[in-house]
Amino acid sequence: MSFSWAKHYEPKSDLTKWLDQRLPLPRLVYGAIGGGYPVPRNLNYFWNFGVLAGVALVMQIVTGIIMAMHYAPNALVAFDSTEHIMRDVNWGWMLRYAHANGASFFFIVVYIHIFRGLYFSSYKAPREMIWLLGLVIFLLMMATAFMGYVLPWGQMSFWGAKVITGLFGAIPLVGEPIQTWLLGGFAPDNAALNRFFSLHYLLPFVTAGVIILHIWALHIPGSSNPTGVEVKSESDTVPFHPYYTAKDGFGLGVFLILFCSVLFFAPNFLGHADNYIPANPLSTPAHIVPEWYFWPFYAILRAFTFDFFIVPAKLLGVLAMFASILLLFFLPWLDRSPVRSGNYRPLFKIFFGILVADVLLLGYLGGAPAEEPYVMLSQLGSAYYFAHFLIILPIISKIEKPKPLPYSITESVLGKDSSGMAGGPVLQPAE
Amino acid sequence: MIRIGAFLVGLFFSGWLIVSFGVGAVAYVSEPPQETAEHAFHLEPKKLSLASDGPMGKFDRQQLQRGFQVYKEVCSACHSMRLVSFRNLAELGYTEDEVKAIAANWPAQTPSIDPATGEATTRKPLPADYIPSPHANETAARAANNNALPPDLSLITKARHGGAPYVYSLLTGYQEPPAELAKRFPDAMPGPGLNYNPYFANLNIAMANPLGSDGIVTYSDGTNATTDQMAKDVSAFLVWTAEPTLEKRHQTGWAVLIFLIIATGLGYMAYRNVWAGVKH
Amino acid sequence: MAEQVTMNQDGTAAIESDGVRRRDFINIAAVSFAGVGGATVLIPLITQMAPSKDVLAQASTEVDVSAVEPGQAIKTVWRKQPMFIRNLTPAEIDAANKVDVGSLRDPQTLAERTLEGKTNWLVTLGVCTHLGCVPLGAAQGEVKGEFGGYFCPCHGSHYDTAARIRKGPAPTNLVVPEYEFLSDTVIKIG
Repeated sequence: MSFSWAKHYEPKSDLTKWLDQRLPLPRLVYGAIGGGYPVPRNLNYFWNFGVLAGVALVMQIVTGIIMAMHYAPNALVAFDSTEHIMRDVNWGWMLRYAHANGASFFFIVVYIHIFRGLYFSSYKAPREMIWLLGLVIFLLMMATAFMGYVLPWGQMSFWGAKVITGLFGAIPLVGEPIQTWLLGGFAPDNAALNRFFSLHYLLPFVTAGVIILHIWALHIPGSSNPTGVEVKSESDTVPFHPYYTAKDGFGLGVFLILFCSVLFFAPNFLGHADNYIPANPLSTPAHIVPEWYFWPFYAILRAFTFDFFIVPAKLLGVLAMFASILLLFFLPWLDRSPVRSGNYRPLFKIFFGILVADVLLLGYLGGAPAEEPYVMLSQLGSAYYFAHFLIILPIISKIEKPKPLPYSITESVLGKDSSGMAGGPVLQPAE
Repeated sequence: MIRIGAFLVGLFFSGWLIVSFGVGAVAYVSEPPQETAEHAFHLEPKKLSLASDGPMGKFDRQQLQRGFQVYKEVCSACHSMRLVSFRNLAELGYTEDEVKAIAANWPAQTPSIDPATGEATTRKPLPADYIPSPHANETAARAANNNALPPDLSLITKARHGGAPYVYSLLTGYQEPPAELAKRFPDAMPGPGLNYNPYFANLNIAMANPLGSDGIVTYSDGTNATTDQMAKDVSAFLVWTAEPTLEKRHQTGWAVLIFLIIATGLGYMAYRNVWAGVKH
Repeated sequence: MAEQVTMNQDGTAAIESDGVRRRDFINIAAVSFAGVGGATVLIPLITQMAPSKDVLAQASTEVDVSAVEPGQAIKTVWRKQPMFIRNLTPAEIDAANKVDVGSLRDPQTLAERTLEGKTNWLVTLGVCTHLGCVPLGAAQGEVKGEFGGYFCPCHGSHYDTAARIRKGPAPTNLVVPEYEFLSDTVIKIG
């Protein structure tokens, strides 16, 4: 799109010429994901996950719209209508399991996508906007997933709704009125269930809209790549189609094999047994946890056990949990290293490895019961999480001595680049 | 500015967390949390292997019919099965007439309205009806069971951690409370109306041993109805009630997976094809 | 696949001309497989809208008609649709049999519309064949139309005592479902 050598759409038949003059949709697609979008030739498999996330969203929307044809958002019948889908609706069990596990796989894909962005610093200039929009998508996904989990109206649905809206109850003074307003009552009931259903149906389309902006913003500077060196010449790139459509097609196949293995042979593995018990406002399950994809944040929430002078621990936990996501919005301005790719940043690489281990640990702790030693470990884990982004990253970007960068993508692939001088400068400014 | 602010925020959160960790760790060491009776005596479910296990699993219909008989003759006195309809029993291999007879002879009746007076009454269930509950409502169920609510069994193997092995272990796990429990945790000893069962989360379950002696039911296929056999059969039956579509799921799964593996293999070849000659 | 050849640069091998065919074949096979897979996925997405198992389970209804005197009718429900079960009087049977069948829009005799030996029992769907309203005439005191059977108030279709269309826009007689007498007084519909 932005490169001078990008090919232009040329309508061949009379019909496509006619259409191109009136509604140049094929031209748009050609430039966005067709032969007209030059992409770095050296992308590895981690660059498959953006397309996979898009596919996951489409799967969720399709299965979700279909389930809405059979589901009844009423506290009296919501649980039974879900079981009606599982037992009586033709292929209903498959559609519901696909939707429930689809949410999990959507998050798996998006987490890998985010960590790819973190390792290869895809958030750095000139791609800050892609990163910011991506975080908005992530927030929308979390809201959608949370509200969707409430809909079957099982025990976890009910208590999840109560606990998560309870987070807002931690806000001083206005907290309780806000919680009551969010629920439309004093506890989750029909009012809450209905609005969650309405919003659960709406937000995926909002997400789709933001994804379009995300892709638009991507097409301005073009895709990043594993060297972090910007595209310099035509030999650095290949057209998206057929090169990356083929690669993404293969990646999609692998994704679907994994997804279907879980869907057909372990559909409840990622779920929670208590959600097969109808909601009971009088009895909390012994061990309540959110879905696995929220566990790291849940661990941070629970890590705060002591009041900080006048700030109660409850509020601190809520603030920290929101901060743990919001701080990612500032990342482009926290990490000032001119080198993008973690492959050329020895110090960063070490801390990135620790971060991955830390988030996995927090994930494990968030799913564990709220007892020792899990709470103490989650305090250490959360401490590192904040320190990593807010303290360590800014410091290492100052003191680190990066490895020499290749002159260009072509050079990194072929060992030489005839379009410029080989063995170029050690450092490429990030812009 | 951003980095200074971030540094301060980071220092605050991380610092306070480390302080909290320190205080917690000191408390943990000076006053280690007390051992609980559940932690000391609760047991993980025993192994149970059923025909429906694993990706190739299919239902053993003979066993499901035996399990259904156990449910009908023992469990259904207290436990409802409200998501399963009599018509579903055809999937266990019963004929249409047998299903009709099972429905008509069911001990509980389906709530209905007297067409002459409009008053609430009951009628004999039909095949299209769901299995009627033994109690009219939760209050009635509690009143009849010493204030303990017998859970609905339709989804029980999916609604409990451990699934069918848990149900099987619970049914065969009744025993005298160990002497050590009385010594170390006298409070955890079963109170009046409770029974000791190490597979139950808090060790004391309100349900009395339902399959306490062999031969409570008489199997028509000649299988010896030991407690263990009955527990296995009813667990298998409850796997079916929780997920009657299990067999179809497994079959569809294999067809889908085989297709996907071939398609992905072709996709890989096509990908290598397209990239042939382009180093990357 | 034209790009494949043009994009070969920088020391990359050129494609041998005889390899092209086999390679195209694999690409076509892969895309076809994806197409077949995508089409197969449509099957559950479409069939999920067909009646579910619990709806199909209610496909037959048993009705006790012992209390229906000659000249009376009852309304019952079959597949969530109204059913008319009418015990015809001898006068009504005569009136139906007198009609010249050839003159009817949908020629059928009363005998064809009832079971042998039970010609006084007229069992029809209570759904007007025009656009699906429920005709009047089954309940006591309702208008029975010009021919003493049923009258649909929506668009003015008149049915006679054999529930045959006689006047108005409806194209066919009221539908007689499949049914049988389980005993003298119990009808099983469906």
